[in-house]
Amino acid sequence: MRLYVKYLGIHVKSIMQYKTSFLLTTIGQFLVSFNVFLGMMFMFQRFSNVEGFTYSECLMCFAIVLLAFSLAECFFRGFDGFAGMIGNGEFDRILVRPKGLIFQVISSKIELSRIGRMLQAIVMFVYAVPRSGINWNFEKIATVFLMIFGGTIVFAALFILYAALCFFTLEGLEFMNVFTDGAREYGKYPVNIYGKNVLKVCTYIVPFALFQYYPFLYLTGKSEAHYLALLPLAGCFFLLPCYLLWRLGVRHYKSTGS
Amino acid sequence: MGKYISFFRMRFLNGFQYRTAAAAGIVTQFVWGTMEILLFHAFYKASPEAFPMELSALSSYVWMQQAFLALFMTWFWEKELFDAIQTGNVAYEMCRPADIYTMWFVRGMANRAAKAVLRCMPILLLAFILPKPYGLVLPSDSKVFAWFLLSMLLGFLVVVAFGMVIYSITFYTVNPMGIRMVSQSLAEFLAGAVIPLPFLPNKIRSIVELLPFASMQNAPFRIYSQDISGAAVYQTVLLQIFWLIVLVAIGKTIMDKALGGLTVQGG
Repeated sequence: MRLYVKYLGIHVKSIMQYKTSFLLTTIGQFLVSFNVFLGMMFMFQRFSNVEGFTYSECLMCFAIVLLAFSLAECFFRGFDGFAGMIGNGEFDRILVRPKGLIFQVISSKIELSRIGRMLQAIVMFVYAVPRSGINWNFEKIATVFLMIFGGTIVFAALFILYAALCFFTLEGLEFMNVFTDGAREYGKYPVNIYGKNVLKVCTYIVPFALFQYYPFLYLTGKSEAHYLALLPLAGCFFLLPCYLLWRLGVRHYKSTGS
Repeated sequence: MGKYISFFRMRFLNGFQYRTAAAAGIVTQFVWGTMEILLFHAFYKASPEAFPMELSALSSYVWMQQAFLALFMTWFWEKELFDAIQTGNVAYEMCRPADIYTMWFVRGMANRAAKAVLRCMPILLLAFILPKPYGLVLPSDSKVFAWFLLSMLLGFLVVVAFGMVIYSITFYTVNPMGIRMVSQSLAEFLAGAVIPLPFLPNKIRSIVELLPFASMQNAPFRIYSQDISGAAVYQTVLLQIFWLIVLVAIGKTIMDKALGGLTVQGG
Protein backbone atom coordinates (compact mmCIF):
# COMPACT_ATOMS: atom_id res chain seq x y z
CA MET A 1 0.00 0.00 0.00
CA ARG A 2 2.79 2.38 0.84
CA LEU A 3 4.36 1.64 -2.48
CA TYR A 4 1.07 2.42 -4.20
CA VAL A 5 0.93 5.80 -2.50
CA LYS A 6 4.41 6.44 -3.73
CA TYR A 7 3.41 5.51 -7.29
CA LEU A 8 0.43 7.80 -6.93
CA GLY A 9 2.75 10.60 -5.90
CA ILE A 10 4.90 10.02 -8.96
CA HIS A 11 1.88 10.11 -11.26
CA VAL A 12 0.63 13.31 -9.70
CA LYS A 13 4.03 14.91 -10.14
CA SER A 14 4.35 13.80 -13.74
CA ILE A 15 0.91 15.13 -14.56
CA MET A 16 1.66 18.45 -12.91
CA GLN A 17 4.49 18.90 -15.40
CA TYR A 18 1.82 19.46 -18.02
CA LYS A 19 -0.75 21.49 -16.15
CA THR A 20 -2.63 22.91 -19.12
CA SER A 21 -2.90 19.58 -20.81
CA PHE A 22 -4.22 18.05 -17.59
CA LEU A 23 -6.72 20.84 -17.16
CA LEU A 24 -7.94 20.54 -20.72
CA THR A 25 -8.41 16.77 -20.60
CA THR A 26 -10.28 17.20 -17.34
CA ILE A 27 -12.57 19.75 -18.95
CA GLY A 28 -12.97 17.46 -21.93
CA GLN A 29 -14.01 14.57 -19.71
CA PHE A 30 -16.47 16.84 -18.05
CA LEU A 31 -17.95 18.04 -21.34
CA VAL A 32 -18.45 14.55 -22.71
CA SER A 33 -20.54 13.41 -19.79
CA PHE A 34 -22.17 16.82 -19.66
CA ASN A 35 -23.64 16.06 -23.09
CA VAL A 36 -25.22 12.94 -21.71
CA PHE A 37 -26.64 14.95 -18.85
CA LEU A 38 -28.08 17.54 -21.25
CA GLY A 39 -29.73 14.79 -23.25
CA MET A 40 -31.32 13.44 -20.10
CA MET A 41 -32.51 16.86 -18.99
CA PHE A 42 -34.23 17.57 -22.27
CA MET A 43 -35.82 14.13 -22.39
CA PHE A 44 -37.36 14.69 -18.98
CA GLN A 45 -38.64 18.11 -19.96
CA ARG A 46 -40.78 16.27 -22.44
CA PHE A 47 -41.58 13.16 -20.44
CA SER A 48 -42.32 13.32 -16.74
CA ASN A 49 -41.15 9.81 -15.94
CA VAL A 50 -39.93 6.58 -17.44
CA GLU A 51 -41.15 3.26 -16.00
CA GLY A 52 -42.09 5.16 -12.87
CA PHE A 53 -38.69 6.69 -12.32
CA THR A 54 -38.56 10.47 -12.12
CA TYR A 55 -35.92 12.86 -13.37
CA SER A 56 -34.11 13.28 -10.07
CA GLU A 57 -34.17 9.54 -9.44
CA CYS A 58 -32.59 8.84 -12.81
CA LEU A 59 -30.09 11.60 -12.18
CA MET A 60 -29.09 9.92 -8.95
CA CYS A 61 -28.80 6.58 -10.71
CA PHE A 62 -26.61 8.14 -13.38
CA ALA A 63 -24.46 9.85 -10.75
CA ILE A 64 -23.84 6.59 -8.92
CA VAL A 65 -22.91 4.69 -12.08
CA LEU A 66 -20.71 7.51 -13.32
CA LEU A 67 -18.97 7.76 -9.98
CA ALA A 68 -18.33 4.02 -9.84
CA PHE A 69 -17.08 4.03 -13.41
CA SER A 70 -14.75 6.97 -12.98
CA LEU A 71 -13.34 5.53 -9.75
CA ALA A 72 -12.65 2.23 -11.49
CA GLU A 73 -11.23 4.02 -14.49
CA CYS A 74 -9.04 6.24 -12.37
CA PHE A 75 -7.33 3.37 -10.60
CA PHE A 76 -7.65 0.41 -12.94
CA ARG A 77 -7.21 1.95 -16.35
CA GLY A 78 -3.68 0.59 -16.39
CA PHE A 79 -5.33 -2.48 -17.89
CA ASP A 80 -6.58 -0.43 -20.79
CA GLY A 81 -3.14 0.00 -22.28
CA PHE A 82 -2.39 -3.63 -21.61
CA ALA A 83 -2.34 -4.63 -25.28
CA GLY A 84 0.50 -2.17 -25.72
CA MET A 85 2.23 -3.55 -22.66
CA ILE A 86 2.32 -7.02 -24.12
CA GLY A 87 3.28 -5.67 -27.51
CA ASN A 88 6.34 -3.73 -26.42
CA GLY A 89 7.62 -6.26 -23.92
CA GLU A 90 6.85 -4.12 -20.89
CA PHE A 91 4.98 -7.07 -19.42
CA ASP A 92 8.17 -9.17 -19.41
CA ARG A 93 9.77 -6.57 -17.26
CA ILE A 94 6.84 -6.72 -14.89
CA LEU A 95 7.09 -10.51 -14.66
CA VAL A 96 10.61 -10.41 -13.29
CA ARG A 97 9.85 -7.91 -10.55
CA PRO A 98 9.14 -9.20 -7.04
CA LYS A 99 5.66 -7.71 -6.66
CA GLY A 100 2.15 -8.82 -7.60
CA LEU A 101 1.42 -8.58 -11.32
CA ILE A 102 -1.94 -6.96 -10.93
CA PHE A 103 -0.52 -4.48 -8.49
CA GLN A 104 2.15 -3.43 -10.94
CA VAL A 105 -0.19 -3.10 -13.88
CA ILE A 106 -2.57 -1.03 -11.80
CA SER A 107 0.11 1.30 -10.60
CA SER A 108 1.63 1.70 -14.05
CA LYS A 109 -1.03 4.20 -14.92
CA ILE A 110 -3.29 6.26 -12.74
CA GLU A 111 -5.65 8.43 -14.71
CA LEU A 112 -6.24 11.53 -12.67
CA SER A 113 -7.83 13.37 -15.55
CA ARG A 114 -10.92 11.31 -14.85
CA ILE A 115 -11.54 13.78 -12.09
CA GLY A 116 -13.55 15.73 -14.66
CA ARG A 117 -16.04 12.93 -14.88
CA MET A 118 -16.06 12.40 -11.15
CA LEU A 119 -16.72 16.08 -10.60
CA GLN A 120 -19.73 15.87 -12.85
CA ALA A 121 -21.01 12.84 -10.97
CA ILE A 122 -20.65 14.61 -7.66
CA VAL A 123 -22.43 17.74 -8.89
CA MET A 124 -25.34 15.68 -10.18
CA PHE A 125 -25.44 13.72 -6.98
CA VAL A 126 -25.58 16.83 -4.84
CA TYR A 127 -28.31 18.20 -7.06
CA ALA A 128 -30.37 15.03 -6.95
CA VAL A 129 -30.11 14.18 -3.25
CA PRO A 130 -32.56 16.77 -1.86
CA ARG A 131 -34.92 16.48 -4.85
CA SER A 132 -35.23 12.72 -5.01
CA GLY A 133 -37.73 12.51 -2.17
CA ILE A 134 -35.72 9.76 -0.50
CA ASN A 135 -36.00 9.51 3.27
CA TRP A 136 -32.35 9.54 4.15
CA ASN A 137 -31.36 7.37 7.05
CA PHE A 138 -28.36 5.27 7.88
CA GLU A 139 -29.43 2.29 5.78
CA LYS A 140 -30.02 4.37 2.67
CA ILE A 141 -26.69 6.12 2.95
CA ALA A 142 -24.99 2.78 3.39
CA THR A 143 -26.83 1.53 0.30
CA VAL A 144 -25.42 4.36 -1.80
CA PHE A 145 -21.92 3.55 -0.64
CA LEU A 146 -22.43 -0.13 -1.34
CA MET A 147 -23.73 0.66 -4.82
CA ILE A 148 -20.70 2.79 -5.62
CA PHE A 149 -18.36 0.21 -4.16
CA GLY A 150 -20.00 -2.70 -5.98
CA GLY A 151 -20.01 -0.74 -9.21
CA THR A 152 -16.34 0.10 -8.95
CA ILE A 153 -15.50 -3.55 -8.41
CA VAL A 154 -17.61 -4.73 -11.35
CA PHE A 155 -16.05 -2.18 -13.69
CA ALA A 156 -12.59 -3.04 -12.38
CA ALA A 157 -13.34 -6.72 -13.04
CA LEU A 158 -14.28 -5.82 -16.61
CA PHE A 159 -11.00 -4.01 -17.08
CA ILE A 160 -9.15 -7.08 -15.81
CA LEU A 161 -11.22 -9.27 -18.13
CA TYR A 162 -10.23 -7.05 -21.03
CA ALA A 163 -6.56 -7.40 -20.15
CA ALA A 164 -6.93 -11.16 -19.73
CA LEU A 165 -8.40 -11.43 -23.22
CA CYS A 166 -5.36 -9.55 -24.52
CA PHE A 167 -3.29 -12.63 -23.72
CA PHE A 168 -5.25 -14.64 -26.24
CA THR A 169 -5.98 -12.19 -28.99
CA LEU A 170 -5.29 -8.58 -29.75
CA GLU A 171 -7.89 -8.26 -32.44
CA GLY A 172 -11.46 -7.24 -32.19
CA LEU A 173 -11.46 -6.40 -28.52
CA GLU A 174 -13.39 -3.26 -29.32
CA PHE A 175 -16.58 -5.11 -28.44
CA MET A 176 -15.55 -4.92 -24.76
CA ASN A 177 -16.53 -1.27 -24.98
CA VAL A 178 -20.11 -2.43 -24.96
CA PHE A 179 -19.64 -3.50 -21.37
CA THR A 180 -17.50 -0.64 -20.11
CA ASP A 181 -18.37 2.54 -21.97
CA GLY A 182 -21.73 1.15 -22.96
CA ALA A 183 -22.66 0.36 -19.38
CA ARG A 184 -21.65 3.83 -18.30
CA GLU A 185 -23.69 5.35 -21.08
CA TYR A 186 -26.83 3.25 -20.66
CA GLY A 187 -26.50 2.85 -16.91
CA LYS A 188 -27.86 6.37 -16.61
CA TYR A 189 -31.31 4.84 -16.48
CA PRO A 190 -32.26 1.90 -14.22
CA VAL A 191 -31.59 -1.24 -16.24
CA ASN A 192 -35.15 -2.54 -16.22
CA ILE A 193 -36.37 0.13 -18.63
CA TYR A 194 -34.54 -1.67 -21.42
CA GLY A 195 -36.84 -4.64 -20.96
CA LYS A 196 -36.73 -8.06 -19.38
CA ASN A 197 -34.07 -9.61 -21.59
CA VAL A 198 -31.54 -6.89 -20.99
CA LEU A 199 -32.28 -7.08 -17.28
CA LYS A 200 -31.59 -10.82 -17.32
CA VAL A 201 -28.27 -10.37 -19.09
CA CYS A 202 -27.35 -7.62 -16.64
CA THR A 203 -28.23 -9.83 -13.69
CA TYR A 204 -26.80 -13.20 -14.56
CA ILE A 205 -24.03 -12.58 -17.09
CA VAL A 206 -22.50 -9.21 -16.30
CA PRO A 207 -23.93 -8.14 -12.96
CA PHE A 208 -24.68 -4.48 -13.65
CA ALA A 209 -28.18 -4.72 -12.28
CA LEU A 210 -26.89 -6.04 -8.95
CA PHE A 211 -25.26 -2.74 -8.10
CA GLN A 212 -27.63 -0.53 -10.03
CA TYR A 213 -31.24 -1.55 -10.48
CA TYR A 214 -32.00 -3.80 -7.49
CA PRO A 215 -30.45 -1.72 -4.71
CA PHE A 216 -31.85 1.34 -6.43
CA LEU A 217 -35.35 -0.03 -5.90
CA TYR A 218 -34.65 -0.15 -2.21
CA LEU A 219 -33.02 3.28 -2.23
CA THR A 220 -35.98 4.99 -3.85
CA GLY A 221 -38.41 3.18 -1.60
CA LYS A 222 -40.01 1.21 -4.45
CA SER A 223 -39.25 -1.93 -2.51
CA GLU A 224 -38.88 -2.49 1.21
CA ALA A 225 -36.75 -5.62 0.97
CA HIS A 226 -33.55 -4.92 2.85
CA TYR A 227 -31.59 -7.67 1.19
CA LEU A 228 -31.65 -5.72 -2.08
CA ALA A 229 -29.21 -3.27 -0.55
CA LEU A 230 -26.68 -6.06 -0.10
CA LEU A 231 -26.77 -7.27 -3.70
CA PRO A 232 -23.84 -5.07 -4.78
CA LEU A 233 -21.66 -7.30 -2.62
CA ALA A 234 -22.93 -10.32 -4.53
CA GLY A 235 -21.96 -8.50 -7.72
CA CYS A 236 -18.39 -8.39 -6.49
CA PHE A 237 -18.15 -12.13 -7.09
CA PHE A 238 -17.91 -11.24 -10.75
CA LEU A 239 -14.30 -10.42 -9.99
CA LEU A 240 -13.58 -14.10 -9.43
CA PRO A 241 -14.04 -15.51 -12.96
CA CYS A 242 -12.28 -12.47 -14.38
CA TYR A 243 -9.35 -13.00 -12.09
CA LEU A 244 -9.18 -16.71 -12.93
CA LEU A 245 -9.12 -15.93 -16.63
CA TRP A 246 -6.34 -13.48 -15.97
CA ARG A 247 -4.38 -16.19 -14.14
CA LEU A 248 -4.96 -18.56 -17.02
CA GLY A 249 -3.74 -15.87 -19.38
CA VAL A 250 -0.58 -15.28 -17.41
CA ARG A 251 0.19 -19.00 -17.53
CA HIS A 252 -0.57 -19.08 -21.22
CA TYR A 253 1.64 -16.08 -21.89
CA LYS A 254 4.59 -16.33 -24.23
CA SER A 255 6.73 -13.30 -24.63
CA THR A 256 6.72 -11.49 -27.92
CA GLY A 257 10.46 -11.69 -27.63
CA SER A 258 11.27 -8.08 -28.36
CA MET B 1 -8.49 16.83 -60.19
CA GLY B 2 -6.91 13.50 -61.09
CA LYS B 3 -4.32 13.70 -58.37
CA TYR B 4 -6.96 14.29 -55.71
CA ILE B 5 -8.94 11.31 -56.91
CA SER B 6 -5.93 9.02 -56.72
CA PHE B 7 -5.10 10.45 -53.31
CA PHE B 8 -8.64 9.59 -52.26
CA ARG B 9 -8.21 6.05 -53.58
CA MET B 10 -4.94 5.59 -51.74
CA ARG B 11 -6.38 6.71 -48.43
CA PHE B 12 -9.56 4.75 -48.95
CA LEU B 13 -7.71 1.49 -49.54
CA ASN B 14 -5.51 2.24 -46.58
CA GLY B 15 -8.55 2.54 -44.35
CA PHE B 16 -9.91 -0.69 -45.79
CA GLN B 17 -7.22 -2.80 -44.17
CA TYR B 18 -8.70 -2.88 -40.71
CA ARG B 19 -11.35 -5.51 -41.25
CA THR B 20 -11.32 -7.26 -37.88
CA ALA B 21 -11.60 -3.93 -36.14
CA ALA B 22 -14.57 -3.23 -38.35
CA ALA B 23 -16.23 -6.53 -37.42
CA ALA B 24 -15.88 -5.75 -33.73
CA GLY B 25 -17.17 -2.27 -34.43
CA ILE B 26 -20.24 -3.66 -36.12
CA VAL B 27 -21.11 -5.77 -33.09
CA THR B 28 -20.59 -2.79 -30.81
CA GLN B 29 -22.72 -0.52 -32.90
CA PHE B 30 -25.48 -3.05 -33.22
CA VAL B 31 -25.71 -3.37 -29.45
CA TRP B 32 -25.65 0.40 -29.03
CA GLY B 33 -28.40 0.83 -31.55
CA THR B 34 -30.54 -1.78 -29.83
CA MET B 35 -30.08 -0.19 -26.42
CA GLU B 36 -30.84 3.25 -27.81
CA ILE B 37 -34.08 2.05 -29.37
CA LEU B 38 -35.15 0.18 -26.22
CA LEU B 39 -34.49 3.35 -24.25
CA PHE B 40 -36.64 5.54 -26.48
CA HIS B 41 -39.25 2.83 -26.52
CA ALA B 42 -39.49 3.04 -22.72
CA PHE B 43 -40.06 6.78 -22.95
CA TYR B 44 -42.67 6.18 -25.63
CA LYS B 45 -44.52 3.80 -23.33
CA ALA B 46 -44.47 6.39 -20.55
CA SER B 47 -46.32 8.99 -22.62
CA PRO B 48 -46.84 8.35 -26.36
CA GLU B 49 -48.47 11.76 -26.89
CA ALA B 50 -45.27 13.58 -25.88
CA PHE B 51 -43.20 11.67 -28.43
CA PRO B 52 -42.22 14.10 -31.19
CA MET B 53 -41.55 11.55 -33.94
CA GLU B 54 -43.13 8.36 -35.17
CA LEU B 55 -41.67 5.44 -33.28
CA SER B 56 -40.61 3.69 -36.49
CA ALA B 57 -39.08 6.94 -37.76
CA LEU B 58 -37.01 7.08 -34.60
CA SER B 59 -35.85 3.48 -35.10
CA SER B 60 -34.79 4.28 -38.66
CA TYR B 61 -32.97 7.37 -37.39
CA VAL B 62 -31.04 5.35 -34.79
CA TRP B 63 -30.08 2.59 -37.24
CA MET B 64 -28.93 5.08 -39.84
CA GLN B 65 -26.92 6.81 -37.14
CA GLN B 66 -25.21 3.57 -36.17
CA ALA B 67 -24.61 2.43 -39.74
CA PHE B 68 -23.10 5.70 -40.91
CA LEU B 69 -21.44 6.69 -37.66
CA ALA B 70 -18.07 6.98 -39.40
CA LEU B 71 -19.35 9.57 -41.83
CA PHE B 72 -20.80 11.86 -39.22
CA MET B 73 -18.81 11.48 -36.01
CA THR B 74 -17.51 14.88 -35.01
CA TRP B 75 -15.12 13.43 -32.43
CA PHE B 76 -12.95 11.70 -34.99
CA TRP B 77 -9.69 13.54 -35.60
CA GLU B 78 -6.61 12.67 -37.54
CA LYS B 79 -3.79 12.88 -35.13
CA GLU B 80 -1.31 13.00 -37.98
CA LEU B 81 -2.67 16.31 -39.14
CA PHE B 82 -2.49 17.87 -35.70
CA ASP B 83 1.05 16.54 -35.38
CA ALA B 84 1.99 17.90 -38.79
CA ILE B 85 0.79 21.33 -37.72
CA GLN B 86 2.43 21.19 -34.31
CA THR B 87 5.80 19.84 -35.35
CA GLY B 88 5.98 21.93 -38.48
CA ASN B 89 5.99 18.93 -40.78
CA VAL B 90 3.27 20.72 -42.62
CA ALA B 91 6.16 22.35 -44.50
CA TYR B 92 6.70 19.08 -46.37
CA GLU B 93 3.10 19.01 -47.38
CA MET B 94 3.48 22.51 -48.74
CA CYS B 95 6.23 21.33 -51.07
CA ARG B 96 3.78 19.07 -52.84
CA PRO B 97 2.25 20.40 -56.00
CA ALA B 98 -1.24 20.28 -54.57
CA ASP B 99 -3.43 22.51 -52.52
CA ILE B 100 -3.20 21.53 -48.86
CA TYR B 101 -6.79 22.39 -48.07
CA THR B 102 -8.12 20.21 -50.88
CA MET B 103 -5.72 17.43 -50.07
CA TRP B 104 -6.65 17.29 -46.41
CA PHE B 105 -10.31 17.58 -47.28
CA VAL B 106 -10.04 14.59 -49.59
CA ARG B 107 -8.11 12.72 -46.97
CA GLY B 108 -10.81 13.28 -44.37
CA MET B 109 -13.44 12.13 -46.84
CA ALA B 110 -11.53 8.98 -47.75
CA ASN B 111 -10.88 7.90 -44.17
CA ARG B 112 -14.46 8.32 -43.15
CA ALA B 113 -15.85 6.75 -46.30
CA ALA B 114 -13.64 3.66 -45.96
CA LYS B 115 -14.77 3.13 -42.37
CA ALA B 116 -18.39 3.63 -43.25
CA VAL B 117 -18.39 1.32 -46.28
CA LEU B 118 -16.87 -1.47 -44.20
CA ARG B 119 -19.41 -1.11 -41.45
CA CYS B 120 -22.69 0.03 -42.85
CA MET B 121 -23.89 -2.99 -44.82
CA PRO B 122 -24.18 -5.63 -42.07
CA ILE B 123 -25.82 -3.15 -39.73
CA LEU B 124 -28.32 -2.02 -42.34
CA LEU B 125 -29.13 -5.62 -43.26
CA LEU B 126 -29.68 -6.68 -39.66
CA ALA B 127 -31.77 -3.60 -39.03
CA PHE B 128 -33.98 -4.38 -42.03
CA ILE B 129 -34.72 -7.86 -40.70
CA LEU B 130 -35.89 -6.63 -37.29
CA PRO B 131 -39.66 -6.54 -36.75
CA LYS B 132 -41.63 -3.36 -37.15
CA PRO B 133 -41.35 -0.51 -34.79
CA TYR B 134 -37.77 -1.60 -33.98
CA GLY B 135 -36.36 -2.08 -37.46
CA LEU B 136 -35.31 0.05 -40.36
CA VAL B 137 -38.05 0.73 -42.90
CA LEU B 138 -37.56 1.76 -46.51
CA PRO B 139 -39.08 5.11 -47.38
CA SER B 140 -42.36 4.76 -49.21
CA ASP B 141 -41.20 6.80 -52.17
CA SER B 142 -38.09 6.55 -54.31
CA LYS B 143 -37.97 10.36 -54.55
CA VAL B 144 -37.49 10.51 -50.79
CA PHE B 145 -34.61 8.12 -51.16
CA ALA B 146 -32.96 10.28 -53.80
CA TRP B 147 -33.26 13.36 -51.60
CA PHE B 148 -31.85 11.35 -48.71
CA LEU B 149 -28.77 10.38 -50.75
CA LEU B 150 -28.17 13.97 -51.80
CA SER B 151 -28.64 15.22 -48.27
CA MET B 152 -26.34 12.55 -46.89
CA LEU B 153 -23.59 13.54 -49.28
CA LEU B 154 -23.99 17.18 -48.31
CA GLY B 155 -24.08 16.37 -44.60
CA PHE B 156 -20.93 14.31 -44.95
CA LEU B 157 -19.18 17.21 -46.69
CA VAL B 158 -20.35 19.62 -43.99
CA VAL B 159 -18.80 17.38 -41.31
CA VAL B 160 -15.48 17.28 -43.15
CA ALA B 161 -15.58 21.04 -43.78
CA PHE B 162 -16.27 21.65 -40.10
CA GLY B 163 -13.27 19.49 -39.22
CA MET B 164 -11.15 21.53 -41.61
CA VAL B 165 -12.11 24.76 -39.83
CA ILE B 166 -10.87 23.25 -36.57
CA TYR B 167 -7.62 22.01 -38.16
CA SER B 168 -7.00 25.48 -39.57
CA ILE B 169 -7.57 27.19 -36.24
CA THR B 170 -4.96 24.84 -34.80
CA PHE B 171 -2.31 26.77 -36.72
CA TYR B 172 -2.83 29.58 -34.23
CA THR B 173 -2.86 27.65 -30.97
CA VAL B 174 -0.05 25.74 -29.39
CA ASN B 175 -2.24 23.15 -27.77
CA PRO B 176 -5.03 21.89 -29.99
CA MET B 177 -6.70 19.92 -27.19
CA GLY B 178 -8.86 22.71 -25.86
CA ILE B 179 -10.52 23.80 -29.05
CA ARG B 180 -10.90 20.20 -30.13
CA MET B 181 -12.66 19.13 -26.96
CA VAL B 182 -15.03 22.06 -26.85
CA SER B 183 -15.90 21.98 -30.53
CA GLN B 184 -16.47 18.24 -30.64
CA SER B 185 -18.77 18.04 -27.66
CA LEU B 186 -20.70 21.08 -28.78
CA ALA B 187 -21.03 19.70 -32.28
CA GLU B 188 -22.04 16.28 -31.06
CA PHE B 189 -24.93 17.56 -29.06
CA LEU B 190 -26.12 20.17 -31.53
CA ALA B 191 -25.93 17.71 -34.43
CA GLY B 192 -28.41 15.41 -32.75
CA ALA B 193 -26.00 12.60 -31.97
CA VAL B 194 -26.97 12.42 -28.30
CA ILE B 195 -30.71 12.77 -28.76
CA PRO B 196 -32.38 13.52 -32.09
CA LEU B 197 -33.13 17.22 -32.43
CA PRO B 198 -36.95 16.88 -32.38
CA PHE B 199 -36.62 15.89 -28.73
CA LEU B 200 -35.31 19.31 -27.77
CA PRO B 201 -37.76 21.86 -26.35
CA ASN B 202 -39.39 23.75 -29.23
CA LYS B 203 -37.77 27.12 -28.62
CA ILE B 204 -34.24 25.76 -28.45
CA ARG B 205 -34.97 23.45 -31.32
CA SER B 206 -36.00 26.20 -33.72
CA ILE B 207 -32.64 27.90 -33.23
CA VAL B 208 -30.54 24.75 -33.23
CA GLU B 209 -32.07 23.60 -36.49
CA LEU B 210 -30.60 26.62 -38.26
CA LEU B 211 -27.04 26.00 -37.07
CA PRO B 212 -24.49 24.25 -39.27
CA PHE B 213 -24.51 21.25 -36.94
CA ALA B 214 -28.11 20.46 -37.87
CA SER B 215 -26.91 20.15 -41.46
CA MET B 216 -24.82 17.13 -40.54
CA GLN B 217 -26.59 13.88 -39.59
CA ASN B 218 -29.86 15.46 -38.58
CA ALA B 219 -30.85 16.42 -42.12
CA PRO B 220 -30.36 13.17 -44.08
CA PHE B 221 -31.63 10.84 -41.36
CA ARG B 222 -34.79 12.78 -40.81
CA ILE B 223 -35.40 13.06 -44.54
CA TYR B 224 -35.00 9.31 -44.77
CA SER B 225 -37.42 8.58 -41.96
CA GLN B 226 -39.79 11.17 -43.50
CA ASP B 227 -39.81 13.17 -40.33
CA ILE B 228 -38.87 16.04 -42.62
CA SER B 229 -41.08 15.96 -45.70
CA GLY B 230 -42.68 18.16 -48.32
CA ALA B 231 -41.31 21.67 -48.79
CA ALA B 232 -39.20 21.35 -45.65
CA VAL B 233 -36.93 18.97 -47.56
CA TYR B 234 -35.90 21.64 -50.07
CA GLN B 235 -35.35 24.11 -47.27
CA THR B 236 -33.15 21.67 -45.37
CA VAL B 237 -31.05 20.80 -48.39
CA LEU B 238 -30.61 24.48 -49.29
CA LEU B 239 -29.49 25.19 -45.77
CA GLN B 240 -26.99 22.36 -46.05
CA ILE B 241 -25.56 23.82 -49.26
CA PHE B 242 -25.37 27.24 -47.62
CA TRP B 243 -23.44 25.95 -44.62
CA LEU B 244 -21.15 23.84 -46.76
CA ILE B 245 -20.11 26.92 -48.75
CA VAL B 246 -19.70 29.03 -45.61
CA LEU B 247 -17.63 26.43 -43.76
CA VAL B 248 -15.37 25.75 -46.72
CA ALA B 249 -14.86 29.50 -47.20
CA ILE B 250 -14.01 30.01 -43.52
CA GLY B 251 -11.69 27.04 -43.39
CA LYS B 252 -9.90 27.97 -46.58
CA THR B 253 -9.47 31.62 -45.59
CA ILE B 254 -8.03 30.79 -42.17
CA MET B 255 -5.71 28.19 -43.61
CA ASP B 256 -4.44 30.39 -46.46
CA LYS B 257 -3.77 33.16 -43.99
CA ALA B 258 -1.93 30.84 -41.63
CA LEU B 259 0.15 29.27 -44.39
CA GLY B 260 0.90 32.67 -45.88
CA GLY B 261 2.39 33.79 -42.59
CA LEU B 262 4.23 30.54 -41.99
CA THR B 263 7.97 30.80 -41.70
CA VAL B 264 9.83 27.55 -42.00
CA GLN B 265 12.97 27.42 -39.90
CA GLY B 266 15.75 25.28 -41.26
CA GLY B 267 16.86 22.03 -39.73
